[in-house]
Amino acid sequence: MDPLLLSRIQFGANISFHILFPAVTIALGWVLLFFKLRYNRTGDVGWMRAYFTWVKVFALSFALGVVSGVTMSFQFGTNWPGYMEKVGNIAGPLLAYEVLTAFFLEAVFLGIMLFGFRRVSNRVHTLATFLVAFGTTMSAFWILALNSWMQTPAGFEMRDGVAHATDWAKVIFNPSFPWRLVHMLIASGLTVSFLVAGFSALRHLAGDRSDSMWKAMRTGVFTAAILIPVQVLVGDQHGLNTLEHQPQKVAAMEANWETRGSVPLILFAWPDEEARENRFEIAIPNAGSLVLTHSLDGVVPGLNDFVGNHPPVLPLFWGFRIMVGTGLLMLAVSWTAAVFVRRRRLPRPLALLMVPMAVSGWVATLAGWYTTEIGRQPWLVTGILRTDEAMGPVAGSHVALTLAGYLALYAILLVAYLAVLVHLALKAAKDGDTSPLPALADRPMAQPAQDMEAAR
Amino acid sequence: MTLDWPTLLPLIFAALMGLSILVYVVLDGFDLGIGILFAAADDHEKDVMIASIGPFWDANETWLVLAVGVLLVSFPLAHGIILTALYLPVFVLLAGLILRGVAFDFRAKVPVARKQRWNRAFFAGSLLASLAQGYMLGIYVLGLDTGLAAMAFALLVALCLAAAYAAMGAAWLIYKAEGELQKKAVVWLRGALVLTAAGLAAVSIATPLASPRIFDKWFAWPEIVLLSPLPVASALLFLWLWRQTFVLPREGDRHAILPFLTLALIFSLGFAGLAYSFYPYVVPERLTIWQAAAAPESLAVVLVGACFVLPVIVGYSFYAYRVFGGKAGDLRYD
Repeated sequence: MDPLLLSRIQFGANISFHILFPAVTIALGWVLLFFKLRYNRTGDVGWMRAYFTWVKVFALSFALGVVSGVTMSFQFGTNWPGYMEKVGNIAGPLLAYEVLTAFFLEAVFLGIMLFGFRRVSNRVHTLATFLVAFGTTMSAFWILALNSWMQTPAGFEMRDGVAHATDWAKVIFNPSFPWRLVHMLIASGLTVSFLVAGFSALRHLAGDRSDSMWKAMRTGVFTAAILIPVQVLVGDQHGLNTLEHQPQKVAAMEANWETRGSVPLILFAWPDEEARENRFEIAIPNAGSLVLTHSLDGVVPGLNDFVGNHPPVLPLFWGFRIMVGTGLLMLAVSWTAAVFVRRRRLPRPLALLMVPMAVSGWVATLAGWYTTEIGRQPWLVTGILRTDEAMGPVAGSHVALTLAGYLALYAILLVAYLAVLVHLALKAAKDGDTSPLPALADRPMAQPAQDMEAAR
Repeated sequence: MTLDWPTLLPLIFAALMGLSILVYVVLDGFDLGIGILFAAADDHEKDVMIASIGPFWDANETWLVLAVGVLLVSFPLAHGIILTALYLPVFVLLAGLILRGVAFDFRAKVPVARKQRWNRAFFAGSLLASLAQGYMLGIYVLGLDTGLAAMAFALLVALCLAAAYAAMGAAWLIYKAEGELQKKAVVWLRGALVLTAAGLAAVSIATPLASPRIFDKWFAWPEIVLLSPLPVASALLFLWLWRQTFVLPREGDRHAILPFLTLALIFSLGFAGLAYSFYPYVVPERLTIWQAAAAPESLAVVLVGACFVLPVIVGYSFYAYRVFGGKAGDLRYD
């Protein structure tokens, strides 16, 4: 068995599983802060009910994100030792700063956020919620800085075959970083808005018309409706940035073989890399040039300029289309839903559509990441380190064994996660606005907590 | 040794890595131990046990990420060698950590009928992770040897480390629990102490025997005298703790945290011994910390950040432990 291919599948499986949960927690932290601030301002317990419902989802997603993230930090060493040997001087500090400035912050204040409502003052609890949200976003900042550096390296020099940083500002704010960061943060926002909206739609279908359900539903739907056009604009800019710095990736995304002007926009095709042409092509004339260069006859680079040094075409072409297609669907659903929920109404067919759309953010995020990560191949770090050079000495059979183990584990956990979401939604629907909020009732407005007094 | 940055930085980072491993072993040790003790607890006790670690485990595990992070950041060469040599145990460790980490949350959120399933996952994950860590320690102590004898030795260490974690868990429960559960924890502590002592003795004897270099470091004049406080103090602490298990819990629950602190001290002494044995190697007998170190300018960048951030982390960790101080009650999301 080929250890390289197996290692790549294993890393891909791990990071795909991992990204599902940060995609939820990054934005959900801010949504929780929003609920909390609304409660602080209005004193309306509906906001606090929404908070307590969603803080559970946050806790579960956070735990899954942490454990799969720990796995990642080990896999650099177990499967890709060449990576740290060659670019460890750059990757190391970025990862270290993630752990130091973000990971600890989230992990420590999560405890207070989840279980500390009765033990600390309301102000400290709000602060803890803010710090957790801030921490998850800082995490995204450092990780995307590193990922973007691997795509478009800058601010370094090679000495004795090892990368050394010469300018840390350039390393962090490398050419593709700002757009990638914004693109990912908004993707997380969309993932969460659709998750919240879909979860609330399930409650609606189960007969729940409670105030807290509508509060969450409206938050989700309106956020989605606002974010999606922004994401289209940001995605366009990110694409132009990629065209400038990684033209071969864009050429593969568009399955454009020859460098030429007036490129059509291909809607459907089956790119054939052997024959270096597209089969069954359906395209809109000149639209490709318009999208990529913002002019009808603009020149777009072709794959034949990069023979032997461009990523596989088929997964990029389709990954990109799945992402964009999902995005368009999200646009249609969120705008339609916004019209209805504005007046606290939701037709049943729309609710039925919104439930599966709860995971649309995941689909789009994964498709996007597959496009950009496969699009970096055959390089692990563009121009510096090829993926096959970073491989460790572990036998293929060992990798196959662990890969099977991870896949089984992840499949079980994903099913369990979704089952718990459904269970929580139905439970919330049953409780509605009658769910007890003991914490609010017996809260003596500040510390010390009752448990601490009992201990004395 | 000249005292310039390229010499000092790897030393500082080796110390930082050692410190994170030690903090990890002590902190995650008690919550892994609670997971192992799950096997012997009834349903209500399990809820209290979870409540005693619920707000902490996440941050505790972050010290492992920091330790691996420092290894990866400061000694990239060693990171690759050690982790590829320990490929399968690392997988077992990770699978165990994944299982227990999520079981924590799932058991509180699934329908009651399925709670039992996640209780078992929590136990199995905690046990697997502890065994894997012990196994890795055993293989590392013998210089990353993976022969049959080394594997047998590593299995022994694995068993003893799991017992040591169970002892930590029991000691933590003596501090956090009341009534019947607290009394049970005292008995658990007594049982686990035997294996813990055996494990510490096994590693202490095997380490010098496996390497003539380490043997010479310990059994030479005057080192042997200067180092003797390490094993002597450990033995005395063990004896004292053993006797305590017959009188705990005390009137008014005085000094309930002492067993935990004592164990933490024993762990620290053992760890100091290991650190002394292996210094200056990060990969036993193969790579010193200077040979494996990353570029000084990269280490300097991290050091500046660590100097500012680590005290803050320690500060807010203390704060979190204080907020959730006292006996464990019901853990509720409000």
